Amino acid sequence: MTFSPELEARLAKMLESYPKGRERAALIPMLMYTQDEVGHISKELAEEVAKRCGVTTLQVEEVVGFYTMLRTKKMGKTHLQICTNISCLLVGGDELWQHASKKLGIGHNQVTADGSISLEEVECIGACSWAPAIQTNYDFHHYVTLDQLDKLIDDLRRIQ
Amino acid sequence: MPYNKPHPAETIIISRRFHLPNSASIDTFLAHDGYKAARKALDMSQDDIINEVKKSNLRGRGGAGFPTGMKWGFVPRQSPKPKYIVVNADESEPGTCKDRLLMEFDPHRLIEGCLIAAKAVGAHQGWVYIRGEYRYLIDIMDKAIAEAYKANWLGKNVQGTGFDFDLSTHTGAGAYECGEESALLESLEGKRGQPRIRPPFPAVSGAFQCPTILNNVETFCAVPDIILNGGDWYASLGVPRAGGTRLLCISGHVQSPGVFEVPIGFPMMRAINEMAGGLRPGRKLKAVIPGGSSCPVLKADECDLPMDYDSLAKAGSMLGSGGMVIMDDSTDMVKAALRIIKFYQHESCGWCIPCREGTLWLKKILTRLDDGIGVRSDIDLVGELAENMLGRTFCPLGDAAALPTISIVKKFRAEFEARLAQVQVPAGVSESLVRIHV
Repeated sequence: MTFSPELEARLAKMLESYPKGRERAALIPMLMYTQDEVGHISKELAEEVAKRCGVTTLQVEEVVGFYTMLRTKKMGKTHLQICTNISCLLVGGDELWQHASKKLGIGHNQVTADGSISLEEVECIGACSWAPAIQTNYDFHHYVTLDQLDKLIDDLRRIQ
Repeated sequence: MPYNKPHPAETIIISRRFHLPNSASIDTFLAHDGYKAARKALDMSQDDIINEVKKSNLRGRGGAGFPTGMKWGFVPRQSPKPKYIVVNADESEPGTCKDRLLMEFDPHRLIEGCLIAAKAVGAHQGWVYIRGEYRYLIDIMDKAIAEAYKANWLGKNVQGTGFDFDLSTHTGAGAYECGEESALLESLEGKRGQPRIRPPFPAVSGAFQCPTILNNVETFCAVPDIILNGGDWYASLGVPRAGGTRLLCISGHVQSPGVFEVPIGFPMMRAINEMAGGLRPGRKLKAVIPGGSSCPVLKADECDLPMDYDSLAKAGSMLGSGGMVIMDDSTDMVKAALRIIKFYQHESCGWCIPCREGTLWLKKILTRLDDGIGVRSDIDLVGELAENMLGRTFCPLGDAAALPTISIVKKFRAEFEARLAQVQVPAGVSESLVRIHV
């Protein structure tokens, strides 16, 4: 399995960022960055990363099972993450979550039929003073209102 | 990032470069005292640096509040093993959003703090462990690190002093538990983020079983000014046993939420009413989470106090991570308790049974109480169960889940009882029989 030249360069640098013989340390960063390019952690990707980090595929799967952001399932083109933790809850985070779920007709960690959007009710994303907050992939949106979310979803549906 | 303008009542030290144009660039940094402290430290002895940090009374800003100088002093000098620097940038305690600002607006300050710490303990390599959700900050830190290498503030023979120091970023992948130091080290090594039993502490056996300085972003960021202006100066800003300033993240039911820099010991009510603009019109204060959701909540009448470690401890809570969540009289405390426990249940790594099972059962019981279908004895059961989790786990996550739960049930018991009263139980009929069928 090969990746884009930019990612290959990043992975090579990554493996050199840890003491000699400790290449396993690159495992989680390598999974995160390759997942971004491939879409999800397929069996093939897990095997490839295992080979590069000098661990078994089982050890990769063990790690993948632990971390929320590592996914074995294909998500939507845009992964919409809505925080409902305490600071967001107090200022409407739950209403945002309910609205998005109803409008898209999907629940937590589900994908729309057209594959455009997946939805996740996330734990605190560190935007408490700018709540309620959501993330689309890695982008933050702060002080989100119901109208803004509604429009955002309409826009995201058009990008396929 | 919608960052608030500094409030006149703030004491601006760690955040003083936030508002400069292009503040993240090395040019701006160097034009505003950047790397001056590191330059000074590179010519200081290890003991002198550590003593200055000890004198400053700087305490860890991640939540536990351990004295930083003391921690650095625990690193065994004579150890033949390499020593490492690890930055905990896994900011994920609900209510906390300060490290984001430090990395976004002043990333070189963090690099400078790491360099000084490295010199203090003889470390030549370090990592900034940044939570996976903060990808844009990883990009900002990567850029700043590249600039620092180019200007020889990182790499071989830093500024011709013969001292080598390498630093890189390391992404997390979504696990609150990895903000706990020993779980973070496991994760850094490419494993599941489960805690290690201590001792040995990271200062003796940390990353790759080598002596490691592991501190929060804000803690490292406080170091340059301590070296530049002296530990005594920093100590004088705070209270007798805790020096300096810290970033308060105010969220929830206030008119102007934001992040504000205040000296340790700043009055809580002033932070709420002056800096954060007070409550919304017509609303009254009900409760405050003083330092991230793992801290016991304070009722409105307990909030008139200075924000320092000892005062908060005396009030039965903690200064924690600086994440203040303000709740007004519209807040449903049963829902708040449930949401907090849902978080800890989701984030429990599953390693210790009291935490794994305790958080799950607390969630189940609080869910049925919130639905009005619990039984009266459930209210006591929540408290009892949570009490039994305290101190019985490898890491503090078990306590972090139990402490706020215990405090909410104790201080707002009437709300739990009112919820039960919403479903009537006919006389002579078993309560549990009625409620479970509602």
